[in-house]
Amino acid sequence: MKLNRHSRMATVAAIGALSLTLAACGSDNAVEDDAAGSTPDAEQASTLSGQLEGAGASSQESAMQAWIAGFQSQNPDVSVAYDPVGSGGGRTQFLEGGTQFAGSDAALKDDELAQAADRCVSGEVAELPLYISPIAVIFSLDGIDSLNMSPATVAGIFDQKITNWNAPEIAAENPDVTLPDLAITPVNRSDESGTTENFTEYLAATAPEAWPHEASGDWPVAGGQSAQGTSGVVQTVTDGQGTIGYADASKAGSLGTVAIKVGDEYVPYSPEAAAAVVDASPRAEGRPEASLVVELDRTTTEPGAYPLVLVSYSLACTEYESSEDATLVKAFYSYIASEEGQQAAAEAAGSAPISDELRTEALAVIEAIA
Amino acid sequence: MATLEQSAEPRSDRPTTRELLTRGDTRRKATDRVMAVVVTLAFVVALIPLLSLSWTVLSNGIGRLSPYFLSVSMRGVFGGMDAGGIYHAILGTVLVTGVAALISVPIGIMTAIYLVEYGTGPLARAVTFFVDVMTGIPSIVAGLFAYSLFSLFLGPGVRFGVVGSVALSVLMIPVVVRSCEEMLRLVPNELREAAYALGVPKWLAILKVVVRTAIAGIVTGVMLAVARVIGETAPLLVTVGVIDSINTNVFEGRMMTLPVYVFRQYAQGLVPCADGATDCIATINIDRAWAAALTLILIVMLLNLAARMISKFFAPRTGH
Amino acid sequence: MSNSPQLARPTAAETAAVAAPAPSSGAPGDGPRTPVRGHPHRDRAGRAFSTAATVAGSTILVTLAAVAVFLVLRAWPALSASPEELTEGIQWFPEGTTLLGFVGPMLFGTVLASVIALAVAVPVSTGIALFISHYAPRRMANALGYLIDLLAAIPSVVYGLWGVAWLAPRLQPAWAWLSETLGFIPLFEGPAANPPRVILTVGIVLAVMILPIITAVAREVFLQTPRLHEEAALALGATRWEMIRMAVLPFGQSGLISASMLGLGRALGETMAVLMILSPGLTYSLALLQAGQHQTIAANIANQFPEANPLGVSTLIATGLALFVITLAVNMAARWVVARRKDFSGAN
Repeated sequence: MKLNRHSRMATVAAIGALSLTLAACGSDNAVEDDAAGSTPDAEQASTLSGQLEGAGASSQESAMQAWIAGFQSQNPDVSVAYDPVGSGGGRTQFLEGGTQFAGSDAALKDDELAQAADRCVSGEVAELPLYISPIAVIFSLDGIDSLNMSPATVAGIFDQKITNWNAPEIAAENPDVTLPDLAITPVNRSDESGTTENFTEYLAATAPEAWPHEASGDWPVAGGQSAQGTSGVVQTVTDGQGTIGYADASKAGSLGTVAIKVGDEYVPYSPEAAAAVVDASPRAEGRPEASLVVELDRTTTEPGAYPLVLVSYSLACTEYESSEDATLVKAFYSYIASEEGQQAAAEAAGSAPISDELRTEALAVIEAIA
Repeated sequence: MATLEQSAEPRSDRPTTRELLTRGDTRRKATDRVMAVVVTLAFVVALIPLLSLSWTVLSNGIGRLSPYFLSVSMRGVFGGMDAGGIYHAILGTVLVTGVAALISVPIGIMTAIYLVEYGTGPLARAVTFFVDVMTGIPSIVAGLFAYSLFSLFLGPGVRFGVVGSVALSVLMIPVVVRSCEEMLRLVPNELREAAYALGVPKWLAILKVVVRTAIAGIVTGVMLAVARVIGETAPLLVTVGVIDSINTNVFEGRMMTLPVYVFRQYAQGLVPCADGATDCIATINIDRAWAAALTLILIVMLLNLAARMISKFFAPRTGH
Repeated sequence: MSNSPQLARPTAAETAAVAAPAPSSGAPGDGPRTPVRGHPHRDRAGRAFSTAATVAGSTILVTLAAVAVFLVLRAWPALSASPEELTEGIQWFPEGTTLLGFVGPMLFGTVLASVIALAVAVPVSTGIALFISHYAPRRMANALGYLIDLLAAIPSVVYGLWGVAWLAPRLQPAWAWLSETLGFIPLFEGPAANPPRVILTVGIVLAVMILPIITAVAREVFLQTPRLHEEAALALGATRWEMIRMAVLPFGQSGLISASMLGLGRALGETMAVLMILSPGLTYSLALLQAGQHQTIAANIANQFPEANPLGVSTLIATGLALFVITLAVNMAARWVVARRKDFSGAN
């Protein structure tokens, strides 16, 4: 018994020591500060400090990580967090006042705009299209990395009307490719998502006959393969043979991709082509002034434009209750919109840097945040 | 082992008495042998997932596992950077599970004491019954419960460590009660009676004699309960959220936990790497997911092992 | 009444609950023991202590009630909404159905996946348990048992990773073969999905996950077979298998049933593995090899929760409520079987 008690105490001591070491040895410095890169220049030495919390679209997650890292290295005393809960959750939390900023794949709905008026004191909500990402149609076929398809063909495949890879519709558009006699397995997102919404919107706009469904964040065709999240879709397409899916282009990896027909030419996805369509598209009307919502012109025939894009908005208020919040959001968003920020996202997430015109507009809105 | 030995019988047309007695035996023995093979096969079949799982996790995860990986967070890490670690997730898991243990262990032990030492009548019967029922609550339901509870008072989108702890407690309490109850019942009655005979009041006898005797078993039970909930993902996904940096405050702000980290890293998928970029690893997120999964399994196994050690070396000498 | 375990064998505690139905509080001679009354002021401490214990015990009941109450509270907006409001307010809510019509197929999928898991896991774990209790050398039995218990130590998210990365690609040829040769049976109707993100794959993974639970319980029960029964069977000339069939299995039957119920309860609520492996769909299809036909409640919650608006969250919580009720029913049934078994085995 006595011996027992001693060893018991020893155990307790050992556990205590272990947890102490655990607590002591960790750090937030995952990335060593290298002198060249991140030491802020004397003139722009930051005086900002505080905490900034955001939540929203998971599509922005990779880009947001790059932005947060870049912004924090310029402003070492600021801590920014972004929870990729999803667009819907992000908007709700932002409107409830739980977070200072949000990311959303869709613009605010009318009732949400009304709510936003309350949230933003006497200001209004700013919706800035700062994350533009092409959506790639990806497929897994041995030995083929690129195929040409018109929107009607894509729609036919995803509506499960075209069911074999050697179907005449596909063959006609790809005369130089030997297509296998293999069943097509379309793969879609199983969760509600902005990617799905943009994809279905594109199909509904460009191939209304072949795509009898409405644009929706939830996949309208039942009975296919599906998976949760972009990576789930990519994984599923990779695992199968003859599978085809859609995903944020940055996650396409080494899978084959489709060049879609725009006007008379086939355009493969690229950041530049994605940015081009945003520039060619008009603004949505009847929204608050600070809201730069793009009404994407999916049927554009602009040469070199890739209209299958996802635009994800960065939400903020033009007026905050606390001036500290306003300063931080302003600084953070200025960084995101800056050339440097857009470049960082392009490298980390494969997004399309916004054009200079859009930047000027966005910066004007951001400047007004108070 | 003790079956009848059957010797080879001489061939003849008329069966001997001995043959008549053992006629069915060839078939019966064959069945016996076949079943022995089937039963052994069942065991071997079960080893397939165990081995392949261990191998898959080990081979995919070991490459990234390093002191660096264990000691840094993901703050400032993005894209295909060959950096980042799981320190914040380990810490979050330890804190969230720790608080869950703080909630469930006292309740669990006291409930066990109640059931063993005090409980009579309908209440005790109801508690016994519902403890058992409670072990079957799906983890996602526990998460939804904790979320509902806190969001009702603190508004939607509420996410911090304690919410997750409450969810885990719902899963943990019945396990603690069950194992503690077992242990308390193993304490020989003579010990209690001896204490009472010395005039020790009941509550002191329970604390100083019964619980004292069973303490090793109780600690084991608690550790197994912790091991049971530490790998839960779904309830934490809806209650604790995710974050890149270290957060040590369980009452405010999101926290990263290991299982959620594994899932998030897997969900982030591939990274676009520019051609020829040397400091960019396209599969970095998936590598991290495997390494974190390996760490998680190691932690759970260590807990299990420690629990077994404690129960083996510190077990009270029972009536056996 | 002496069927408490010889020595504490702390497998997952809940399994011990079934394996060794320790005499519950009502048992004679094991009930509360009343000591000699002490001093009055000491008695106050005693009363405080006993009150604390009672309160803790009641916490269990309160918690369960709270789970039900809060789920109902948060689910209320969905429970009280009309089907039109739900269709209007939630993108993923299928058109033209009620809440019940929405939960129905998922309930079906949940039960289907769990039944497959049980159908696979029960025979296998019975085999493992027999191997450990009656075939393997006694000295190895404990170690082998621990090996199986290791399966229980693996978090479900890791099972999901493993299922996607390792198991699914290896099952694909088997499923393709199954649909080609047995395709005339509606269960195996082809074409087998590739990749095999189907309910049968999920069933297999769930089976692996509940294997250790069922095995642990079955092992305990088989080990408790009265030695005399076994020896009597052997003395009558029974082979080992006949002895098992005559003495061990009948004795362990009800224990095995309740173990299966425990496994069923676990399989019903499994989330992450299903979420990562299954291509969901909302139908009552029996085609186990086709993708996009089934979904489980738990996986659906985890899948849609992030993007859900407040009404969507309520709807998901309502489906969670349905899951809660189902698992409660299964667990209660399991306890009922155990209770009956206790009466039965108490007789000998």
